[in-house]
Amino acid sequence: MSDSMQSVTERLLAPSGLDEQSVLSTLSAIMGPSIDYADLYFQYARQESWVMDEGVVKSGDFSIEQGVGVRANSGPKTGFAYSDEIELSALSKAGQVAKSIASSGKGDRFIKIHGRNLGITPLYQPDDPISSLQDDAKVALIKEVEQAARSMDPAIAQVTVSLAGSHDVILIVSSDGSIATDIRPLVRMNVSVIAEKSGRRERGSFGGGGRFGYEYFIEHGRAVEYAQNAVRQALVNLECQEAPAGEMTVVLGPGWPGILLHEAVGHGLEGDFNRKKTSAYSNRIGEKVASGLCTVVDDGTLVGRRGSLSVDDEGIPSQNTVLIENGILKGYMQDRLNARLMKMQPTGNGRRESFAHLPMPRMTNTYMLSGSHDPEEILQSVDKGVYAVNFNGGQVDITSGQFVFSASEAYMIEKGKKTCPVKGMTLIGNGPDVLTRVSMLGNDMALDTGVGVCGKDGQSVPVGVGQPTMRIDGLTVGGASV
Amino acid sequence: MTLGAELASLDEFEQKLADVAAMALEHARNSGASMADVSVSQGQGLTVTVREGELETIEHHRQKDMGIRVFIDGCSGIASCSDFTQPAIQGSVESACNIARYTEKDEYSGLADPECMATEFPDLDLHHPWDMSLDDSIEAARRCESAALEFDKRITNTEGGGLNSFDGISIYANSHGFYGVTKSSRHGLSCSVISGSGDEMQRDYWYDTRRVPGELPEPEAIGRKAAQRTVNRIGARKLSTGEYPVIFEAPLAQTLISHLISAVQGSGLYKKSSFLHDRLGQSIFPEFMQIHEEPHRPRAAGSASYDGEGVATRNNAIIDAGVLSSFVLDSYTARKLGKTTTGNAGGVHNLIVKNTHNCGLDGLLQMMGRGILVTELSGFGINMVTGDYSRGAFGYWVEKGQIQHPVKEFTIAGNLNDMFMGIHAIGNDVMDNRNIQTGSIMLNSIAAAGL
Repeated sequence: MSDSMQSVTERLLAPSGLDEQSVLSTLSAIMGPSIDYADLYFQYARQESWVMDEGVVKSGDFSIEQGVGVRANSGPKTGFAYSDEIELSALSKAGQVAKSIASSGKGDRFIKIHGRNLGITPLYQPDDPISSLQDDAKVALIKEVEQAARSMDPAIAQVTVSLAGSHDVILIVSSDGSIATDIRPLVRMNVSVIAEKSGRRERGSFGGGGRFGYEYFIEHGRAVEYAQNAVRQALVNLECQEAPAGEMTVVLGPGWPGILLHEAVGHGLEGDFNRKKTSAYSNRIGEKVASGLCTVVDDGTLVGRRGSLSVDDEGIPSQNTVLIENGILKGYMQDRLNARLMKMQPTGNGRRESFAHLPMPRMTNTYMLSGSHDPEEILQSVDKGVYAVNFNGGQVDITSGQFVFSASEAYMIEKGKKTCPVKGMTLIGNGPDVLTRVSMLGNDMALDTGVGVCGKDGQSVPVGVGQPTMRIDGLTVGGASV
Repeated sequence: MTLGAELASLDEFEQKLADVAAMALEHARNSGASMADVSVSQGQGLTVTVREGELETIEHHRQKDMGIRVFIDGCSGIASCSDFTQPAIQGSVESACNIARYTEKDEYSGLADPECMATEFPDLDLHHPWDMSLDDSIEAARRCESAALEFDKRITNTEGGGLNSFDGISIYANSHGFYGVTKSSRHGLSCSVISGSGDEMQRDYWYDTRRVPGELPEPEAIGRKAAQRTVNRIGARKLSTGEYPVIFEAPLAQTLISHLISAVQGSGLYKKSSFLHDRLGQSIFPEFMQIHEEPHRPRAAGSASYDGEGVATRNNAIIDAGVLSSFVLDSYTARKLGKTTTGNAGGVHNLIVKNTHNCGLDGLLQMMGRGILVTELSGFGINMVTGDYSRGAFGYWVEKGQIQHPVKEFTIAGNLNDMFMGIHAIGNDVMDNRNIQTGSIMLNSIAAAGL
């Protein structure tokens, strides 16, 4: 047993007098003849957050969540129950409920352990971010950033700084005999400001984070850089004019605008939608769905990234999955259930918000590889269009393929030059269509700074996105200036 | 196995929850907190989904939670946990107190004033557990989906039918001696199906949620409505960019009102970061607009006799003759603004938007003549600082008061100030199971971007 495995079982099982053997016999009792798969997901999660507002560290909160989720699959059916008490009787009861999905309940199957995640190199340190800094040092960091933002420009009227960290300890015991553990740190900082000039108010917001301790924000002056970006964005927005409306050429900046890929492509390539053939990408593997410039991957193996996972929530090591290669649709993102039903391999994309939620195919870090153009050359190629560099968020209807994403910082492009800033606006298009319109790609692929949250069926998980500068020939821009 | 047999009686939970609340408050006092409040809740539920006529998922939910907030010399800290053992509760209280050592004095913080606490607890009739067997629950979800699949040959695929049922108990108590208990339930039926194939697939859904199981429509009605909405979407075209009159169908009209509420509550008011922060007492809607809150409606979605701070809820007029007559305040925001709380810690309770006409959607379409009926909105393009609004939409092109064809992949954009002032009519097709109750809303004009 590795050190991390031991520390996880001590944290999750030992306090209730449970051990590997008692857990395995509970799982064995679930395994009737018509149960294809079952697993137990133990979790102990701590999280804290601090907020500074109006120059005062007004509030902080701390929470502990723990419990166990029990799941059984029979064909496409799933039975699921959970308990926030990690103890044997609650576990057995949840097991019986989960098992009720199958018609016949007799005949336990003995489960023999044949794999622990020993060979997997963790993508992050197991240390608890919450204790990575003393509380007074956290408060001092927040204040420093707040004061930095305030002093950057006299127009800055309000500054809000938030700092959050979590430490998630999980143990997954599966009926195929595998036992996996993971210890996941996650930190996040955000700076949002209001700038005020001549009676006009505008906002700016910027942040970042990843699977580190809080020292991440101090290193390389990252925290102050977030403040600079938030202030810069608010000042830009003070000068912005009405955004245009209608279809036009759009250039997206590198990094966070990769939210386009998350919405327009990513969700539509999740295994559940494709098994049910409810996705606009159903049955299209091998077809051309993007311009030949486009290669898109979902990569959970990047060290320390917000969307990265050493193993997913079903104990499968995360991987770098090619979704689109040179414009051709290559593959889907799978969890165990959908992979089994589609006779494919799981891809390490089985994720869940917590023990109290069922796993589903979800993205990790989804990004497009660099092209060959100098970003400046891409702007110069556009006679009239919009250049969008920051976004609030997006949404997609995976069935029709209609997606939206909302710019929070954008500019007009006129005769090859970035000109006046324009108000935030929604961009709308169709997933399988939009990437066929990509005509130029920059050599400047960047990942976002670590702020993404993805929602699906009411469950939130942290994700990453990225892309190079991208020219799209024709996307509907939803400004108010008709 | 029946769901009913699986359900614990909430009375069983109540004593335990009351003990947890008392223990937390006592430990807070012993730890030096001058004030504290605690929320303790426990709930249980069932979700079943059926797809292609077969059971797909059974989920049993059981959750509990305790949240404590302490105030020590004007500094506050919050902590929560799901473990109700004494060491865990005390550990959480100590965590909250520890945080309060590092947060800074805020003279406006604290509990709501003692004289605001609710003293009357009318029975709002919110708790109606659903005593239905698991088999019957699955059958209801199956009937939902089956009615949708049989509705029209153009229904080609399904995301299934579903049933969900939850009930729970929550206690709020604070160091003023306030103690409130709420038992509540909600039950829902839903269905989502798909029409068309390949590039022409469209999905839509319908659902209903009620506190009382008997008030839910028949499962078949939900399924047929989901199917009708899905079939209606077939043949969607793009829209030409332009300015058009627009109707927000009732299920979406509430989003416009929710943007109003976001702008008249919370930190945006005292930080001047809401576009309505300086508009109290001014006309922000046409004179015919009336919006008020009715927290004591029996069985309604948003009913409560006390708010998240124990403050008595009351009928508040928020918009009176088009004028913003009251902000929506909790005690902190109220103190910051030099006002008194309106009993809205945690939000509004049954917001009623008065209709302007005694007609439903068809009447509004006639009134509009030519324009867009919006039935779906997506994305997050709303800026509460400026009121700027830009969202993705799906809907129908209307001429001579008749729907002509569906329209897709367009946006609508404007500024909420202008959109509120531009309201022309509100129908009587109210969704009475929502916390914000409004009929469809027609606006004189909005910028739509398409081709």
